[in-house]
Amino acid sequence: MGLAFIEGNEAIARGAMRAGCDFFASYPITPASSILDHMLRLLPETGGIAIQAEDEIASMGFCIGAAMAGRKVLTSTSGPGMSLYSENIGLAIMGETPMVIVDVQRQGPATGSATQGAEGDIQLTRWGTSGGLPVIALSPASVGEAYQLTCLAFNFAEKYRAPVFLLSNKEIGMTKESVDLDATPLPPLLERKRVPSGQKEYLPHFFDRLEEVPAISDFGGEYVARYTTSTHDKSGYLTTKPEVIQEMIDHYAAKIENAIDDIALVKEDLEEGADTLVVSYGIVARSAAVAIREARSRGRKVSSLALQTLWPVPEKRIASALAGVKKLVVPEMNTGQYLVEMERLAPPGVEVVGVCKMDTTLVSPGEILERGGLL
Amino acid sequence: MRETRYATYMTDQIGPLPYCPGCGHEPLIKALDGALVKLQPDPKDVVIVTDIGCIGLSDRYFATSAFHGLHGRSITYACGLKLARPELTVIALKGDGGCGIGGTHLLNVARRNIGITLIVANNFNYGMTGGQHSVTTPTDGVTSTTPWGNVEGPMDLCGVAVAAGAAWVYRATAFDKDLADTIATAIEQPGFAMIDVWELCTAYYMPRNQLKKKDILDLLGEHGLERGLQVDRPRPEYSARYREACQAGKQVTRNKPSIEPSHSNAVTKQTGIVIAGSAGQKIRSTATLFAEGSIFAGLSATQKDDYPITVQTGHSVSEIIVSPERIDYTGIDSPDFLVVLSADGLARVRARIEKLSASCILYADEALELPATKAQVRRFPFAELGRRVGRSYLATAALAALLEESQLFPSEAFATAIESFQSAGIAKANLKAVSAGAELARRAA
Repeated sequence: MGLAFIEGNEAIARGAMRAGCDFFASYPITPASSILDHMLRLLPETGGIAIQAEDEIASMGFCIGAAMAGRKVLTSTSGPGMSLYSENIGLAIMGETPMVIVDVQRQGPATGSATQGAEGDIQLTRWGTSGGLPVIALSPASVGEAYQLTCLAFNFAEKYRAPVFLLSNKEIGMTKESVDLDATPLPPLLERKRVPSGQKEYLPHFFDRLEEVPAISDFGGEYVARYTTSTHDKSGYLTTKPEVIQEMIDHYAAKIENAIDDIALVKEDLEEGADTLVVSYGIVARSAAVAIREARSRGRKVSSLALQTLWPVPEKRIASALAGVKKLVVPEMNTGQYLVEMERLAPPGVEVVGVCKMDTTLVSPGEILERGGLL
Repeated sequence: MRETRYATYMTDQIGPLPYCPGCGHEPLIKALDGALVKLQPDPKDVVIVTDIGCIGLSDRYFATSAFHGLHGRSITYACGLKLARPELTVIALKGDGGCGIGGTHLLNVARRNIGITLIVANNFNYGMTGGQHSVTTPTDGVTSTTPWGNVEGPMDLCGVAVAAGAAWVYRATAFDKDLADTIATAIEQPGFAMIDVWELCTAYYMPRNQLKKKDILDLLGEHGLERGLQVDRPRPEYSARYREACQAGKQVTRNKPSIEPSHSNAVTKQTGIVIAGSAGQKIRSTATLFAEGSIFAGLSATQKDDYPITVQTGHSVSEIIVSPERIDYTGIDSPDFLVVLSADGLARVRARIEKLSASCILYADEALELPATKAQVRRFPFAELGRRVGRSYLATAALAALLEESQLFPSEAFATAIESFQSAGIAKANLKAVSAGAELARRAA
């Protein structure tokens, strides 16, 4: 698709198609519903399956089953649906299931301002299921990035055999923008590592090194396959041995945490001698860009990191950009969910300022300039 | 024909089945093995899908593929596997507890007719968690959570499945001599098939209610329920119907042609345009065409809309930004142009009008009572114009008038968008509206 005027949700659907997605299940919820609409139309034409499930729990269940049967799967929802996804997110982590979960965030809690934008699910995504294991989450700032990051999310899901979150926002999902998807740079597509043919048996969670991602054999493939929600050993059989359980937990964490350099997507705009660093993500990164241009035009020395990867936190990149900085400004459409992470990373003596609001309106460049002390 | 015959589909690698002496799960699992032996599928092409509950301990005793998921959700994983690979034999096992927490999945798999087999190990209570009552606990039944006897009524799982449209439903007991044959028949059904297997939980339900094996038949009688086939009404399986419905030639996607910028523009800075009207005035789709027109004129554009959930009522407001540069901030703090076509629209943007700056040009229907504003107000007979061009085309005419006055980009670019993206009949009416709007602006000047 060349130059077109489309909303972020359509870009996600087209990104998924571009990434080879061939299974989709979702339950309608504004502002994510039009992803469902698009996938229901796009997927069957390429032989894929798209289904409107009876609820969000079934959406996840269908997707996990299909993913383990070899499909590249996508599901989409918004905040209230994320709450219902929770238990199956845990299952996807436990079973090392490649899948992409889109959360087109809206103002909450609960039904909230149906349907206005927000970024209230940032920490929910990180801690949204029992066990507290690390996850991968990307956040686009524009319709074009929604397309690009959807493709990357599929790559990370396949590469790391894990659920990968795409944290969008009503302000991207339901905003149309002029964009040329064909001109958007995309990574080469990756497929999950599959067990070679002719092995004696298939160990669904086999690894030598903790951070190694186990090769997979799809249900319906050459081998008898096993999958379980319970603590298990490398063979996928239930285990109660504490040392085996600990090794598996360490494995789940290590495969994500050790991959941070590969996963960390950060758009750097650093200025020599900057006294202020603005760390932003999502739609607010664009307000930050305007604010930073304005501040610089007034002679302020300001650096910027626009994060596309939120989880795991790109700590090295942030720490390096913090060198010499006196003030760290974090604008967000929530009550300061990423601010907490920045406060954790900021060295003593660095003032950390949140420009936070969750009143359904965008954080404006003016608010960042004023409340961030950039004037 | 494969040469090996499988004598069993179970593995002896992890020891004997873990069930309490006399528990109905063991004969049920052995009957399932018997059914598979009868049918002789390749073990790797069979997936036993379980969830939580004592019956959920069983999948690992099979030498087939196995999927053990969360409480009450086995149907959903089974459906995902089956939809992804229709050639697999997918058998979901769940307890009566799972039928409670996952009740909606039972209703919906029956309704959809996805070709999985569901076997319910129905022993009237939650064995795994200490014998709490379930959706099938008989009235007056004693469980750990109904110490004075169950005051709730039991759910007839077969009746529910039948009512939800299941193609094949059978009520059995774990003691049926022909249970393996029944399960084999269920597996052979192309669509959704369910067997509700009544059992006794020897650890909890049986001793607490002084039940004996033969009492199961009395229980059925007490509930007015019959053993045996409940319904057998084959209809096309979901995946087959899905493929048929989505066959090539039934393309429903309308791939819009891409936009080739072919007009000039006179926009020098990011410019915000708000148009406010009523449901039915095609505000949103017209705003999209206008924005697309601006892209034909070489500009960047964004659009966001504001309308009530009940879309055919009340206001409809669209915000368009056009810019010669990339658009970063997509909010319009202070519009450059605001077009008000109706009282609904006015009500929605009233507070905004009060705060407009003097550089904003406000286009309003001449009959609307505007609040005090610093904006430059341009009054147009929009109501009359609407009667002339048609209500659905007024927004086009109004935006064409705005273009004529502002010269942001040529109305030809707007017309190009209309011709590119609209069907011939609608495009014709819209192009007329463009001319009418431009003419109105010229006369006003």
